[in-house]
Amino acid sequence: MKKILKNDGVQSLLASLICILLGLLIGYVVLLFIEPSGAGEAIKAVIKNFLTYNKKESQLKYLGNTLVKAAPLVMCSLSILFSYKVGLFNIGAAGQYCIGIACSLYCALALKLPWWVCTLVAVLGGALAGSISGLLKAYCNVNEVISGIMLNWIILYGTNMLLTNVKEATSPYTKEVARTSAASLLPTLGLGKFFNNNKYVGVSVIAAVVIAVIVWVVLEKTRFGYELRATGGNKNAAKYAGMAEKRNIIVTLAISGALAGLGAAMLYLTSYEQWNCSTSSVPGMGFNGIAAAFLGGLNPIGAILSSFFIQHITAGGAYVDKKIYCAQISDLISSIIIYLCGFVFFMKLMMNKRIAKQEERAQKALAKKAAEGGKEQ
Amino acid sequence: MSTPSPYAIEMLHITKRFPGIIANDDVTLQLKQGEIHALLGENGAGKSTLMSVLFGLYQPEEGEIYVKGKKVEINDPNVANELGIGMVHQHFKLVECFTVLDNIILGVETTKGGFLQKDEARKKVMALSEKYGLRVDPDAKIQDITVGMQQRTEILKMLYRDNEILIFDEPTAVLTPQEIEELMQIMKNLAAEGKSILFISHKLAEIMAVADRCSVLRKGKYIGTVETKNTTMEELSAMMVGRNVNFHVEKGEAKVGKPVLEVRNMSVASKVHKNNAVKNVSLTVHAGEIVCIAGIDGNGQTEFVYGLTGLEPLVSGSVKMLGEDITKAKIRERSLKGMSHIPEDRHKHGLVLDYSLEDNLVLQRYFEPEFTNKAGFLRRDNIRKYAEKLIAEYDIRSGQGPVTKARAMSGGNQQKAIIAREIDKGPELLVAVQPTRGLDVGAIEGVHKSLISQRDAGKAVLLVSLELDEVMDVPDRILVMYEGEIVGELDPKKTTQEELGLYMAGAKRDEVKA
Repeated sequence: MKKILKNDGVQSLLASLICILLGLLIGYVVLLFIEPSGAGEAIKAVIKNFLTYNKKESQLKYLGNTLVKAAPLVMCSLSILFSYKVGLFNIGAAGQYCIGIACSLYCALALKLPWWVCTLVAVLGGALAGSISGLLKAYCNVNEVISGIMLNWIILYGTNMLLTNVKEATSPYTKEVARTSAASLLPTLGLGKFFNNNKYVGVSVIAAVVIAVIVWVVLEKTRFGYELRATGGNKNAAKYAGMAEKRNIIVTLAISGALAGLGAAMLYLTSYEQWNCSTSSVPGMGFNGIAAAFLGGLNPIGAILSSFFIQHITAGGAYVDKKIYCAQISDLISSIIIYLCGFVFFMKLMMNKRIAKQEERAQKALAKKAAEGGKEQ
Repeated sequence: MSTPSPYAIEMLHITKRFPGIIANDDVTLQLKQGEIHALLGENGAGKSTLMSVLFGLYQPEEGEIYVKGKKVEINDPNVANELGIGMVHQHFKLVECFTVLDNIILGVETTKGGFLQKDEARKKVMALSEKYGLRVDPDAKIQDITVGMQQRTEILKMLYRDNEILIFDEPTAVLTPQEIEELMQIMKNLAAEGKSILFISHKLAEIMAVADRCSVLRKGKYIGTVETKNTTMEELSAMMVGRNVNFHVEKGEAKVGKPVLEVRNMSVASKVHKNNAVKNVSLTVHAGEIVCIAGIDGNGQTEFVYGLTGLEPLVSGSVKMLGEDITKAKIRERSLKGMSHIPEDRHKHGLVLDYSLEDNLVLQRYFEPEFTNKAGFLRRDNIRKYAEKLIAEYDIRSGQGPVTKARAMSGGNQQKAIIAREIDKGPELLVAVQPTRGLDVGAIEGVHKSLISQRDAGKAVLLVSLELDEVMDVPDRILVMYEGEIVGELDPKKTTQEELGLYMAGAKRDEVKA
């Protein structure tokens, strides 16, 4: 039992679970404060998400929707954790995700290019945005957090401008990919039929899992990953060992950006969502990626699970009874839970402290016993 | 108790176990009031654990602690502070961008209505500084002052808190010979004023010079306590290591070959001031010889090594290795040409502390086909085998072998890992910067032997050292660096420590040709 508790993976998992429970609890308390009568039902709705529906078909359909939106979240959390391992905090993931939207939608709606070209351009767009932060960090020592945040705004308004060219005449939303350019839709691989003919479910769900595994392999098993983690652990030592630390910083942020850009293509090329050309803040996906990365214990495989969970409760928020609570309640509750998800490492620290204390006590007791036993003999 | 106890601290029969190891096994330490008491032991002998017990960081399974004759239960560092116990750590705990005065009062500031009252504090600090000969500039920032002055700041911190029992954890490891001398005098002054001092060290000469008594630990066990005036260095070292250690470095005649390293007119910029830290330095190191750059810390040695190894660009000058110009070569190219570098600061450059020991041991070679296959995947089995070989050959001790995190290893074993890595690379030129810093006697002997065997194998060795004994014993030639220039070339067989000191202090200089 003790050995299991000391295992790093088990600890991460436990800490994540504790954070989730705490988040739900605090969310519940907030609901109680606002209106006690509906709190129980509301928190249940958040947890249940697609299970709210009684019919199996509906459940499957909405599970499909959750998966479609979880895929880009996986990519954003991979983007965050990849750079985090190299000692960089890529808060620019939100902007890199946004440029991915701009590239994929413009290629699809204006140029009517096939899906794989749209995706590739989105990846390149994200990589470009990432490498700008990387170049600034490597050669001008500009903090990647600052340049990332600033770039987020530039990219947001650039996206609004570009996509205004392909919006519906009567609404601020872009045209639907499905109706405008069918060739630009991501292949569904016939997966939809497992989800009650959900037409959005497709290659992105599988790709997200595969890419998470690839990221894990690259970081842990390859020479490239060894160099990157060394740079993250001690950049002076990396330089001393002759690693090209400037190149590594740029490449890392470019890859991070590419992952986020790919995430955008994975969502928008399913036609699930349209871009609102008067959006005034970068999509929350990139920021939720931070929470998902930490909730997943900064492990690519953990990121898959945590992204699904976060998307699950975010979607679940929509089912809270709007007659009792105001419309914003769903976002409020899910953001409280996501906020608590950031505390995983704090939880882990507390757990380790407790274990150490217990061990100390056990050692003492053992020594005492040994001493007494010695006397008796 | 009516009669005051003669002991400031008594730690009786302390036993502290960790899973798989007994760090302190029935250890007794008695520090008399007003004495300087040395605690001697190799790396991993249990000195740090014993101090952690005294400071309440660990609770011992057995044993009792008395402070001034009163039994105490220390379960928190704050309790130790309240009992008047203070410690100067090996790695200083100072705020770099604060002034000396701010650092001293940090945590015990006097305030009036929320505002700092520094005038009184300044008076008290200056009075203490004068009384004990602790020269400091109260308004200088920590980042701008010498290591020696930083240490004096740490000492003043303890005195400012009216600590009666002062613990110095390997205080001379970072000091120049002159600063060591000064510190010894300060310690004697403190003891004369009635402070009780515990001096943790493995430098025998210093213990003999300053301590009244010395307690020895070996592998967690208490070996004994001796009066320094009744003992010899040989006896102490035998107690510490468990065998007799040869102090004098045995070596044959150097068989000097062709030039391996040729530095011409090198200048390197300083990070601290606008002038160059290294000015127009030229030197040559041949195959089969050990050349030592001696000098007081901060005279451009660090910057010279940075320039030589490619960590910093040169302002002017050239570097040739084996006849090839490498002035602008990347660090990796220099390494592949056969340059190995044991860095001065093992935490800053030498190790990735969160990497395992095995990953650190391949830090310079991970990209070779032996450790990375053609597809770019690490060959973990080969890395493990290689690490196990080095661990056995260089006697690198750690808790869990190859998978131990470097952070969890003792300083001496971290250094051994770096030395193993750099020497096993099979270099043509070994640049060793203070390779024995923080090592114990037995380990120092081993490092010196490795350097000499490199030399005898026909390799070139450039040693940068602050330790006078090392400078006199190990190299075949000594170059003295003063304010960024080479001011003298000496033959260690013909010169004396006094003469060397004159060059190091800038009182004497010759024209030196490379």
